[in-house]
Amino acid sequence: MSSALLPQPRLSAATAVHNVGAVFRRELAAYFATPLAYVYILIFLVLAAWFTFYLGGFFERGQADLEPFFVFHPWLYLFLIPAISMRLWSDERRSGSIELLMTQPITLWQAVIGKFLAAWACAALALALTFPIWITADYLGHPDNGAILTGYFGSFLMAGAFLAVGSCMSALTRNAVVAFILGVAACFALLLAGLPMVLDVFRGWAPPGVVDAVASLSLLTHFEAIAKGVVDLRDVFFFALTIACFLAASVVLLDLHKSD
Amino acid sequence: MIKTEHLSKRYGALKAVDDLSFEVQGGEVLGFLGPNGAGKTTTMRMLTGFIAPSSGRASIFGHDVEDDPIAARSCIGYLPEGAPAYGEMSARGFLEFIADLRGLRGAVRRARLDTVIERLALGPVLHQSIETLSKGFRRRVGLAQAIVHDPPVLILDEPTDGLDPNQKHEVRSLINEMARDKIIVISTHILEEVDAVCTRAMLISRGRLVADDTPAGLEARSRYHNAVSLQLERPDQLEAAREALSSLPQVASVEIDGRGGQLTVFPAGSEAILALVGDRIAQAGINVTSLRVEPGRLDEVFRTMTSQ
Repeated sequence: MSSALLPQPRLSAATAVHNVGAVFRRELAAYFATPLAYVYILIFLVLAAWFTFYLGGFFERGQADLEPFFVFHPWLYLFLIPAISMRLWSDERRSGSIELLMTQPITLWQAVIGKFLAAWACAALALALTFPIWITADYLGHPDNGAILTGYFGSFLMAGAFLAVGSCMSALTRNAVVAFILGVAACFALLLAGLPMVLDVFRGWAPPGVVDAVASLSLLTHFEAIAKGVVDLRDVFFFALTIACFLAASVVLLDLHKSD
Repeated sequence: MIKTEHLSKRYGALKAVDDLSFEVQGGEVLGFLGPNGAGKTTTMRMLTGFIAPSSGRASIFGHDVEDDPIAARSCIGYLPEGAPAYGEMSARGFLEFIADLRGLRGAVRRARLDTVIERLALGPVLHQSIETLSKGFRRRVGLAQAIVHDPPVLILDEPTDGLDPNQKHEVRSLINEMARDKIIVISTHILEEVDAVCTRAMLISRGRLVADDTPAGLEARSRYHNAVSLQLERPDQLEAAREALSSLPQVASVEIDGRGGQLTVFPAGSEAILALVGDRIAQAGINVTSLRVEPGRLDEVFRTMTSQ
């Protein structure tokens, strides 16, 4: 017995893109169907401006660049990104809709990537809406626009890395608040890996290779280079790898625990 | 065709599903029957690929649910227990999302969406968010998503649970309508449902299959099968009626049911005793208001077989 409406075998790559796209659109719509996306974007914009102009001394420095803007992004993301990633999977579990999603003819990877991309689009939109700060710098002086673009790119990558971590933490629990706290903690650990307070713990006894390895895990170290306008492919690769690893971890965790 | 071989699921020491082997063919409506916690939902989740079996195999039209999950799931329409959905989505948006995941496109997608919306009468609530819908409508949205791609296999976990009698009737008519050309597996602990929609019933208790039969076959396992029940006009004649009937050699025993003047007469052999009982009671001068042969009582079979 067969049905004319059963999906015909299609190019699997095209099917994958189609499925990721469907999950992406649904998830993005869900962000904007609740106040979450609006609150996130508003708070991000207000805090970004406040940090730049007060703590960063944007005007007092007398330099036309956006370094005081980008330098605070890791810390903003530390608390705001887990807020948009916390519900990615925990909500699906709590409401039981994960059973519906996971019994559709799509792979776990397609669902994980679709959801991740939707959250990333949300973060990217908030980041893009900070453009008035760029305009301000452009109006007041002659900033290096290439460096600013690079800074935006670095910030975007950083948001992606944090979101991947958040997606993984969200896959661990059905409670969104727990997912948020785990997300903040995991992101914090990744950020701090390059700071003296972590490295000093290793310096006393570990061989320099280990200290360097721990330091190289730091998102902050990789971000600061890009934020200053220096694009090193190794930094870009590092962020891509971080994202890939945490998404893979999400897939594994979901596969093990989706029905819990 | 659905086929399982020695399908089992263990959670630690607990055997949620224990060595289940069965086949379901097209046109069959199979009812999984059993108390709560018997393993009905776990079995369905293994068939749909939501959880992996601890051992054994299951396949849908030859596609193994573990080795070829996408092909297996493509053949299935599934309504999970409680009809979960994305609450913030509109009914229409939700159905469109599922149609996308099911690979429906263009004119076919539009036509299928129109068909299921009409069939489940979702027109009035299409633009309402699912979380604001009544239980009945939410269940209908869940059924609509299960059939949007016109799957050859439908797996419905407690499709009528929590619905009012009218809604139950609607869902059952829908199942009966679709039964002709599909394999339908439903789970339920509501016994009347088995009679209403199923062509075959599997009784599951503590993860094990205890009976696999037609609904009539299951009823025949009841000790009430072929018994005759009488309603006396005057309850004070109960004892007299019992004495008169007990003396018949073809009668094994006579039981008094409650205080309303009801008697059940159990036959000694497989012989029909209705006429005999009627004659004897008339001879004794006792008036009866009803006299009928019992087909058997499912609830009694259910209790006996699942409490062992």
